[in-house]
Amino acid sequence: MTTILSIRDLRKSYADGFEALKGVTLDIRQGEILALLGPNGAGKTTLISTICGITTPSSGTVTVGGHDIQSDFRAARRMIGLVPQEIALEPFEKVWNTVRLSRGLFGLGRDDARIEEILRKLSLWDKRRNAIKELSGGMKRRVLIAKALAHEPRVLFLDEPTAGVDVELRKDMWEIVAELKQAGVTIILTTHYIEEAEAIADRVGVIDKGELLLVQDKNTLMAQMGKKQIEVMLTDPIASIPDSLAAHNLTLNGNGDALIYTYDTHADRTGITTLLNDVAQAGLILRDVQTRQSSLEEIFVNLVSGEPA
Amino acid sequence: MNWSAIASIYRFEMARFFRTLAQSFLSPVLSTSLYFVVFGTAIGSRIQEVEGVSYGAFIVPGLIMLSVVTLSISNASFGIYFPKFLGTIYELLSAPVNFIEIVVGYVGAAATKALFVGVVILITATFFVDLRIEHPLAMVAFLVLTCLSFSLLGFIIGIWAGNFEQMSLVPQLVVTPLIFLGGTFYSISMLPPVWQTITLFNPVVYLISGFRWSFYGLADVPIGFSLLAIVVFTGICLGIIWWIFKTGWRIRS
Repeated sequence: MTTILSIRDLRKSYADGFEALKGVTLDIRQGEILALLGPNGAGKTTLISTICGITTPSSGTVTVGGHDIQSDFRAARRMIGLVPQEIALEPFEKVWNTVRLSRGLFGLGRDDARIEEILRKLSLWDKRRNAIKELSGGMKRRVLIAKALAHEPRVLFLDEPTAGVDVELRKDMWEIVAELKQAGVTIILTTHYIEEAEAIADRVGVIDKGELLLVQDKNTLMAQMGKKQIEVMLTDPIASIPDSLAAHNLTLNGNGDALIYTYDTHADRTGITTLLNDVAQAGLILRDVQTRQSSLEEIFVNLVSGEPA
Repeated sequence: MNWSAIASIYRFEMARFFRTLAQSFLSPVLSTSLYFVVFGTAIGSRIQEVEGVSYGAFIVPGLIMLSVVTLSISNASFGIYFPKFLGTIYELLSAPVNFIEIVVGYVGAAATKALFVGVVILITATFFVDLRIEHPLAMVAFLVLTCLSFSLLGFIIGIWAGNFEQMSLVPQLVVTPLIFLGGTFYSISMLPPVWQTITLFNPVVYLISGFRWSFYGLADVPIGFSLLAIVVFTGICLGIIWWIFKTGWRIRS
């Protein structure tokens, strides 16, 4: 797949010596959705701000569609749309005018039909004559997206697009992102919500303390790093695990009515068959069996804390 | 050159002005009328003509400068400070625009608004005094250059300011006293010799003197000096703005 955005050894240090980015290298493929996960202060927003021109990099290079963000900033920035984390809009301005301003800033001529199309897609058409201050928080977020799309960018950065929004709006946002991907837009989003990355991303990047810990296909990541557990629920609770089952390294849940077995999905032998046979041999009667795969959140927490998943 | 961006910024800034057009129009008319009532009629009636010009007419160029300078600064400083305050400056910084385009858009709009008010005051003045403009081209040139140069200063103040109080600090503590002491309401020849010399260190003297010359052919300082002063001042402001965008001072981390 073609690389649309290439980041090489990108560093950002501030005057007080704080290193917000410590040599980030990353290639983003055309048409993909990349989710950048990381705790507060990890460097997610600094990375986006540096690529978009809001922050000046200390060293390293970034190219967008082959255009360097510093030496060829006009061509690079024309390809980029940014939806910031904070709702930053002029309260007294009308929706239509503020979206039109965005298009003009990026050097494109007036195109009312295009703006209408964007506003309709984002359910903002009825609000086009409203002042921003009259809109709800969710609508304001949509206006930010409309502004970012006004110049038809090929790469869209969404910095925590669903932070502080209700579940319904979050789902709407996911749909919007899916539609944009369908339209061929490359999307890079930062998020705190693991389920967001899990639901919509093609690849996941984990960033912490200014370093990119990993970037991987979401499904591969989960398959490689995810633990799988089988929960064997018993009809009658037991006080302790029988000695005959000690070899399986089981844990007993708090109620004593379920045995939990953790196994590697990639091992040649998972040991499930032997376990179930041994459970039956021990005279325990099964009520139910459930399997559970570790979520991206658990993988993320383990990565950031430096523990194996 | 991203002309579309310049036009968009300019249009967006002017829209703010047109939203409060009545206020923008009435405020200068009212304040100018008050100045004429107080200085032109009440006090002016007790003052002899100044170098052959009635006192009411004499103060017109100074009054126009007073408003134009103040408004240029406040329009431009507010224009760039407001996006900083709201956070909307992210869009400007991430757009394919360079500092020249940003400055032309913001400063152009601020200067246009100040110019509009200057013309309104000029028209208002004709209802109170008999005006004559001996050098109309020079008058327009001085007016436009003043609007532009002080809008540049306002733009710098808007970038420097960290809060609304700081934005009004320079206009109130520096610019307004300089204008009042710069010969708005008097000719510096009316001052004692020592004060005449001290006054010459006030850059606004050159501005008002030049502008008044374009009306009545009267000047406290040679017209060439006035023109040079405003050109140098504009150059200094442009240099500072170039440095601001080169270093990203207070706008780009």
